[in-house]
Amino acid sequence: MAHPVQRQAEIVELSPVGAYHRLVLRAEGIAERVLPGHFAALAVDRADGSLLLRRPFFVHRADPAEATVEVVFAEAGRGTRALARQRVGDVVDVVAPLGNAFPIPTGPASALMVAGGYGGVPLFGLAERITEQGGSVGFILGASTADRLFGVEQARAFTPDVLVTTEDGSYGIRGQITLPLTEAMRAIEARVVYASGPTGMLRAVAEVCAREGVRCFTAVEQTMACGVGVCMSCVLPVVGEDGVSRLVRSCVDGPCLDGSRVRWEDIGAVPPDLEGAAAMGGC
Amino acid sequence: MTGADRTVFVNTAAASTGGTGVPSESVDLTAPFGGGTLPNPVTTASGCAGYGRELAKFLPLAELGSITTKTIMPAPRSGRPTPRMAETPSGMLNGIGLQGSGIEHFVANELPWLAERGARVLVSVAGERVEDFAACARALNGQPGVVGLEVNLSCPNADNSGLVFAANPATAHDVVQAVREVAEPTLPVYAKLAPDVTSITDVAKACVRAGADGLSMINTLPGVVIDTDTLRPHLAGVVGGLSGPAIRPVAVGCVYAVHAAMRAGECAAVPILGMGGIRTGRDALEFVLAGASGVAVGTAIFNDPTAPLRVLDELREALAARGFAKLTDAVGLAHHH
Repeated sequence: MAHPVQRQAEIVELSPVGAYHRLVLRAEGIAERVLPGHFAALAVDRADGSLLLRRPFFVHRADPAEATVEVVFAEAGRGTRALARQRVGDVVDVVAPLGNAFPIPTGPASALMVAGGYGGVPLFGLAERITEQGGSVGFILGASTADRLFGVEQARAFTPDVLVTTEDGSYGIRGQITLPLTEAMRAIEARVVYASGPTGMLRAVAEVCAREGVRCFTAVEQTMACGVGVCMSCVLPVVGEDGVSRLVRSCVDGPCLDGSRVRWEDIGAVPPDLEGAAAMGGC
Repeated sequence: MTGADRTVFVNTAAASTGGTGVPSESVDLTAPFGGGTLPNPVTTASGCAGYGRELAKFLPLAELGSITTKTIMPAPRSGRPTPRMAETPSGMLNGIGLQGSGIEHFVANELPWLAERGARVLVSVAGERVEDFAACARALNGQPGVVGLEVNLSCPNADNSGLVFAANPATAHDVVQAVREVAEPTLPVYAKLAPDVTSITDVAKACVRAGADGLSMINTLPGVVIDTDTLRPHLAGVVGGLSGPAIRPVAVGCVYAVHAAMRAGECAAVPILGMGGIRTGRDALEFVLAGASGVAVGTAIFNDPTAPLRVLDELREALAARGFAKLTDAVGLAHHH
C-alpha cells in the first residue's frame, strides 16, 4: 500500500476533456510515489467546513520531473462543481498517493484494458508499464454515449487493438462493454484483464473473466468519506486469502482488487457468512 | 460581523504577566484526565481514527494527549451494509454499525502496536448487555498503553427493546458501575453521553454517581437523509449519526449545562472531554470555555488527517493570544459572567 503525504498543491492546469475535467496539480513528494491504480483525495472546501469530505480521484499521469500529478473528474455534485470552478494558481489540499496499485504481471504478457466512462483514467499508466516490460495491451472503451468516452485517441496511440462501445450506438459498437469482451480477450490471447468503471460493469467483466479462466483485476469505486482508511464508509465484501469473507475498505485494501475475490452480488448487503455478521443484532 | 472587527477579550489573570498575551510555547497544556493528567488536552473522537495505524502515517500519535480508539465490542462485527455515509451541510451522517474485529484481536494485534509507538490509548468499549462492557474492560486490565476506558453508551440495550444505554440515567448508571467495578482502580473510566435525551445532566449525574471518572460529550445526533432520486433513505441502516461542525453548538451546549451542574454542586466535579464538530483550535477553545478540560477531534480528521495536531497547535496559540498561561485557567471560564 502506498505511503501517502498531504500537500498544498498548486493547480497548473484545469481544462475540459470531453464531458470531464482534467486537473494537473503541482506538489513535491507525490508524483515519484504514484503507481498505476493509486488515487488522490482532494479537499474541496477547507475554508469554512461546510463541505467536509474529501473527493477521491484516480491519478491519470504522474510526472516526477515536473512534480505534477493529473487527475480526471466528472462534475457530479457540489464538491466536484466547486473543484471545476477553481482556477490555475489556486491551491488544493491533496492527500496522495492512496490505495493499492494494480498488480503488474512479471515479464511480457498480453493484457486487456476495459474502461467504462472515464474509468480508463488509471489504465493508461498501467498499459505503459506493461508495454515497457515487453508486454502488449488491447483496449475496450465503453460509455453510455460518445461524449462520455474517455481516452479513445490515447488508446489508439498505444495499440491498434482498440474497441469502442456506446450503449446508444453514437460511437463504435452499439451495446454494452461486455458485448465484444470474450472475443477481444481471445483475439489478443489476454493473460490478464484490468477493468475500471462503474460497479455493475466491473461485476459483468469479472463474470466473463471467471468463465474464460482469465485473471481479472478491478479498480473499485465506493463512496468514501476520508480516503485514508479510518471512516469505514467504502467497504465491500471480499473473500480473503483464508477463505473468510469480510467487509474490506476499498480505499486501503483496494481500490485494485482481484475481481474473483469480490462478492459483487453482495455489495450493499451483509450476507450471513461474513465475518461478524452474526453479531449484528443491535447497533 | 467579521472576526477582525471583534475585540478579543483577554484573561484578567494575564494582567499579572504584564501583557495581553503569553508566548505560545510557554502555555501549560497539561490537561486533567480522570483523577490524573495527560500532557495535553487533545484526543481523537472514537470511530474517526480507527486504531491509529492509518493516522500514524500523518502524525506521531505520541504527540497527542491520547488516542481514542474505534469502539470495541466483545465479538467481531461485520458492521452494516452500504451505503453507510451521506455528506450533509457542514457535516456527515454515518451508520457504520461498529464494524470491528473484537476485543481479543484488539488486545493481541492493535494495542501492542500502539503501545510501542508511545501512544496513550483511551479505549472505547461497548456491548449489547451490561456484562459485555465489563468483559471488554476486564480484557484490558494490565495491558500496555491503556490510559483509560471510554464507555460508549450509545449502543442499543438488548435487554431493553434496543433503547440505547445512554437514553436514561438508570441504564447508563448500571453500565458505568459494572465497568468501574472490574476495571483497574487506577484506570479512569469515562462515560460517553448521547445528546438526544430528555436531560443530559441527569444522565451525567447518574454516571458520576456510578463512579465515572470523567464524561465524554457528545456522541452523534440521530438523523435520516432521504435520497430524492431513489425516493428511499440514503443509508442502508436508515438512521445514522450526525457529526461535524453542524452539531457543534449542540455539543457546546451539553458541556456547558453539565459543567454548570457541577459548579452548582448538583453533580460531583469530574473532567469533561468535549467533542462535536471541532475543526480548529478556536472551536476547541469554545469547549474549554464551556467547561471541558479535554477535547476530541473527530469528523474533521476525514477532511484533514493532521487535524488533531493542528487543533492542538491552534488551541495553544488561541490560549496564548488571550493571555492564558495554563489550559486549566480557561476551563469553564464562560460561566464567569
